[in-house]
Amino acid sequence: MSNRAIVLLKWIVFPLCLLPAALLVWFGVHQDLGADPVAEITHVTGHWTLYFLLLTLAITPVRRLYPRLSWLIRFRRMLGLYAFFYATLHLCTYVFLFSDLDVPGAIANLQAHDWAGFRTQWVVPIATMKDDVARRKFIQVGLFSWILLLLLALTSPTWVMRKLGGKNWRWVHSLVYLAAIGGVTHFWWLVKPGVLRPMKVTVALAVLLLARFAWWLQKKHRNRMA
Amino acid sequence: MSQFRIPQIASSEITPRDVFANRRQFMASAAAIGAGTAMAGGLAQFAAPAVQAAQKLQTVPGKLTTTGEALTPYGKVTTYNNFYEFGTDKSEPAKNAHTLQTRPWTVAIEGLVKQPRIFDIDSLLKYRPLEERVYRFRCVEAWSMVVPWDGYPLSEFINACNPLPDAKYVQFLSLRDEKQMPELGSSGFRGAYSEGLRMDEAMHPLTLLTFGLYGEVLPNQDGAPIRLIVPWKYGFKSAKSIVKVRFLAKQPSTTWNDMGPEEYGFYSNVNPSVDHPRWSQKTERRLTGGFFPQIKQTLPFNGYADQVASLYNGMDLRKYY
Repeated sequence: MSNRAIVLLKWIVFPLCLLPAALLVWFGVHQDLGADPVAEITHVTGHWTLYFLLLTLAITPVRRLYPRLSWLIRFRRMLGLYAFFYATLHLCTYVFLFSDLDVPGAIANLQAHDWAGFRTQWVVPIATMKDDVARRKFIQVGLFSWILLLLLALTSPTWVMRKLGGKNWRWVHSLVYLAAIGGVTHFWWLVKPGVLRPMKVTVALAVLLLARFAWWLQKKHRNRMA
Repeated sequence: MSQFRIPQIASSEITPRDVFANRRQFMASAAAIGAGTAMAGGLAQFAAPAVQAAQKLQTVPGKLTTTGEALTPYGKVTTYNNFYEFGTDKSEPAKNAHTLQTRPWTVAIEGLVKQPRIFDIDSLLKYRPLEERVYRFRCVEAWSMVVPWDGYPLSEFINACNPLPDAKYVQFLSLRDEKQMPELGSSGFRGAYSEGLRMDEAMHPLTLLTFGLYGEVLPNQDGAPIRLIVPWKYGFKSAKSIVKVRFLAKQPSTTWNDMGPEEYGFYSNVNPSVDHPRWSQKTERRLTGGFFPQIKQTLPFNGYADQVASLYNGMDLRKYY
């Protein structure tokens, strides 16, 4: 695929990836996010974080199976950054909408320039979040994965890659496996026992990781033969 | 109880039913235009069925109704349901439960009773006048609603069953039918959904045998045609679509208690001081008409402590959660 075509395609893919967030805003504005809009936003942003992580991780296997699609590598960083984008929206949903913050009250304080009142609004949410981080393992693993994605996002620009050197950079970015496993674990740990909703993403992740493992075994075997 | 104040909520905050229904129609058309894309997989939950007209019920106002609370709109009560036999996502039962056949329907009485028998649903409906009772409804997942239920005290029904003196517990079993319940396989439930109450809890005047909500026959996803409402306990204790009632000498095994004993106790009284392992139970998100849920302090026994706390005198409620 020509460079021009790739640049053009990027202009299509980039807004397409924003569509889930845009639809959330659209349905949110029209009061159409179902009975519990906050839960809906949490779920949609969480799911799309995992989908984008899986898409990112799918690029290498697809390129190996279909060398003609090698140009897909040009889209990996964008997809990875979108995973971070949705993970950040997910985290913000928790911080602003799920931690007992009285949002209308806080907004009223801001509009009235009542800074003391605004600060008071945060006392309870901060206590709630501290408690969650200290005691709840699904929160811990979720936060850990987000920190990993933050690290990957910060080291994603080309100049950082150059500065780190290819080997170091690749090592840092292999943490994406840990982030993905953490994300799926977060999902399993928050659903009720017996609920199998996280199964599809788990199978997809397992296939993508096993493919790499199989190639690694194959390579090792070949090296030994040589 | 001193911190409990009856909130002053304007009636303007309540979404009228027809407004909500129109909103759904708008959304369905918007979804048809917009969401029919590849994104449908992740955003399918946006598309909910239109609210259907249900059969009206004759009711009288209940004396034990809860006052001073803004009602959760009908559309939310009927599209946000934990009914795993019709899907584990809360939006799914409203889409899937149309396969439930609520006629003919019978409720079998078994166990420690003078005479086992089978009640027909229509005779149960007519057995006592239906009261409208507004109750707070607190889910173990830390969201809550305020719902006008229609039914009569479970005690009336229990008296009609003639239990023997050694009956100390009542077990409620829900329908389990793979033909009518397409998601039964993915529910994770190994048997029919089972719930239970101690006899004194079951006989308490607040415990409601429920046939309707908002003055209409229960929609299937809300547990038609007959369910329990135990307002001081987490929602999962209020079994839906009941087909069997057993009177027992010993505490029955109950579905969620079996699935996760550390997470769901047999009693499961609403208790802000006993956390769920994965979240705090101190507060709840009250689902109202607006975008932002109201954050409320969760009250002991869901605000019904004056009426029911004495049932648990001398019990360690941290141990018997």
